[in-house]
Amino acid sequence: MFLGSECLLFGGLISTYMLYKGRVNAGPQPDQIFDIPFTSVSSFILLMSSLTMVLAVSAAQRKDERNMNLWLVVTALLGATFVGGQVYEFTSFYREGLGFTTSLFGSSFYTLTGFHGVHVSVGIIMLMALVGMNRNKRIPGDRAEVVELIGLYWHFVDIVWIIIFTLVYLIPS
Amino acid sequence: MTIIERPSTEVAIAGGAPSGVKPSEALGVFKRPAASTSWRDWVVTVDHKKLGIMYGVTAFFFFIVGGVEALLIRLQLIAPDGKVLNADQYNQMFTMHATTMVFLFVMPMAAAFANYFVPLQIGARDVAFPRINAFGFWCFLFGGLFLNSSWFLGGGADGGWFMYAPNSSTLFSPSHGIDFWTLGLQITGIASLTGAINLIVTVLNMRAPGMKMMRMPIFTWMVLVTQFLLLFAIPVITVALFLLTFQRSFDATFFDVASGADPLLWQHLFWIFGHPEVYIMILPSFGIISEVIPVFSKKPLFGYPIVAMSGAAIGFVGWGVWAHHMFASGLGPVSVTVFSMATMAIAVPTGVKIVNWVMTMWGGKLSFTVPMMFAIALVVQFTIGGLSGVTHAVAPSDTQQTDTYYIVAHFHYVLFGGAVFGLFSGFYYWWPKMFRRQLNNAIGKWNFWLMVIGMNLTFGPMHILGLQGQPRRMMVWTEARAGEGFFNFGFWNRVASIGSFILGIGVLLFLVNIIYTHKSKKVAISPLDPWDARTLEWMTHNPPQEHNFDTIPTVGHLDEFFHRKYETDSSTHAVTQVQSAEEVMAELNAHPDEHIHMPSRSYWPILLALSLPVIGYGLIYNRMLMAVGAAMVLLTMFGWSMEPSTSPDEDFDPPAPGEGGGHTKELSPLG
Repeated sequence: MFLGSECLLFGGLISTYMLYKGRVNAGPQPDQIFDIPFTSVSSFILLMSSLTMVLAVSAAQRKDERNMNLWLVVTALLGATFVGGQVYEFTSFYREGLGFTTSLFGSSFYTLTGFHGVHVSVGIIMLMALVGMNRNKRIPGDRAEVVELIGLYWHFVDIVWIIIFTLVYLIPS
Repeated sequence: MTIIERPSTEVAIAGGAPSGVKPSEALGVFKRPAASTSWRDWVVTVDHKKLGIMYGVTAFFFFIVGGVEALLIRLQLIAPDGKVLNADQYNQMFTMHATTMVFLFVMPMAAAFANYFVPLQIGARDVAFPRINAFGFWCFLFGGLFLNSSWFLGGGADGGWFMYAPNSSTLFSPSHGIDFWTLGLQITGIASLTGAINLIVTVLNMRAPGMKMMRMPIFTWMVLVTQFLLLFAIPVITVALFLLTFQRSFDATFFDVASGADPLLWQHLFWIFGHPEVYIMILPSFGIISEVIPVFSKKPLFGYPIVAMSGAAIGFVGWGVWAHHMFASGLGPVSVTVFSMATMAIAVPTGVKIVNWVMTMWGGKLSFTVPMMFAIALVVQFTIGGLSGVTHAVAPSDTQQTDTYYIVAHFHYVLFGGAVFGLFSGFYYWWPKMFRRQLNNAIGKWNFWLMVIGMNLTFGPMHILGLQGQPRRMMVWTEARAGEGFFNFGFWNRVASIGSFILGIGVLLFLVNIIYTHKSKKVAISPLDPWDARTLEWMTHNPPQEHNFDTIPTVGHLDEFFHRKYETDSSTHAVTQVQSAEEVMAELNAHPDEHIHMPSRSYWPILLALSLPVIGYGLIYNRMLMAVGAAMVLLTMFGWSMEPSTSPDEDFDPPAPGEGGGHTKELSPLG
């Protein structure tokens, strides 16, 4: 039941993102400023966080509280690293002269990646809340199910990043 | 109050937890709001029926607002050199009229019926996520109020309801109207999106035993299709609105043609949302009359699976026709041809439905009650609107008609003659179910005829005006340029304006009817099954108890209620009544379910929804306020997730053995 609704929600989100995608290639493309190795590393970090999330979910299903909390925290940290990398990237781009209002490319690039960054941040908040609530034993209902749900969300955000990374950074204009 | 102990069903309505039981405050920040009958109960309710009524009342309020706006527009055009509104006010008026009618009346009114009747029609006790349902309603209310607060804060939006960018950028519209518009629609969009998820999950997962998909009433089918359309259409408009907000508030360049933006971008985004939106508005009404026509024809719906599937087909093809709104924008011959063909193709499933309704009535024992009259009017008026729609599908004639009154005539025939008549049919049909009294028949007939005559007088002449070339948003006409003879602008504009006031009186009579029905001592309580209906929602009390069904019925047929009342002789096809509605109810409720968990009331939905307009005002006026709003969102979300959706079992009696809290689980996923 959950899965159904979540899939539908994501379906809606994906169609949103597909629209953004079209926008990215619409403007002038100062693609010299991309630092592919740096972004690759941060993408790798984000992908690793999916792995740790899987570990957290499996720990939750085994009712292994300690490991579950551990992996959740690790996931959140990896996610935070990614967001940190994005902030660093944004500031360096900005110094190189790509502002939000500079060009169509600027506007759409920051909107797309910014929206994704917000999604990651929301995911981090959810993870931390989960850990906190679990400490205080305040998770209503079935805990493994809640962890799994947040895990699904997290994987979804990661997959979206793979798409964005490919489309924005890797495919030359 | 979550558990209703047998046999004290009165408690369910009157409120109050079973004695000696206190709602827990261990898990929430607030005390769990206790049940009461005062206004407070409406603020914290999660009951789909109450929320449905609240949706209905709010939507009707906005209907009046939008109607007054429309009358002002017609008043302006009733005579040459109209002085009622100046050009700026006129722009705001037609923009807000359309926005209000589309987003704040037709959609939420359909949501009102969907909320109230979908769970009843599929034999469920509530929707899947009751608190999200409440959240959706409050988002809609606050979003609508936010949108309309622009009237008092510098004027409404003035870019037309499709708000074409770059015409809607700050250069051309320096007031805050459009900011209110984008943010207000963003908030109501959240309402639609949450509502869509909620109803889809409800329909897919909470049907009564035996209620297969192909046994669902058509109204539920159409609501399901509509919600899927919403689910995929709303994100698109969300994106478009975000881009416009960024453009206007943060100087982004999405629609800045000077830096290379494509001016068609907005049009594509808007119409990818906008065309499914058209079906979002009409399909629920199709569903309503597909319930009404069989009941008053005393025949099952002709070709039930075809009606259901053609609804789904409309839903699919509806995604491939958006660019027919843009034929005049120079898309290129290939896309114009493709979209032209697709648009003609979508007339086919619509035509199929009309044939099905007519065939249902064919040879039936028709009774011309008010709901039936509205339903028949829908079939007729929508056919007219549909036919003029096909003329738009032909691209060459469309380029002639674009942005003329012909378009206005067309969409008012399908929206007023289609969607609104369907909704009024629903009011009259389901009123006894919701409020125990039938609306007065005589006033209802006056209401009906005034609306039909008024609508044809208003929108019929617009065909002529449009083909004569009157532009769509013309704010004033002059005697000198009105032309002469039968086709002169002046005469037909006057007719249309007079018609609009007849229409207004017709709608007013509906309000009179409501007041008369509920104030007059002479109006008797309606019988349990006043229309000899066919579907599950009539197997409940009038109005239904909080938990809807004492026993969840097991469904063996399409039109289950009918089949419990009647038996058909297989050789002669003679139909004989075997049970009255009261007997069916008594039989069903002979062994009521012992333990019913209902979702508990909550403060969080309204609080979370309340923080959204705060962000909106913050974005427009003061960024600090925005931070306050964001903090409120965060806090209320935490509060929400800390609160279990039903009060924990230990507060109450332990669950019956073997029951295992099964109902709790079914009704309470994180909602």
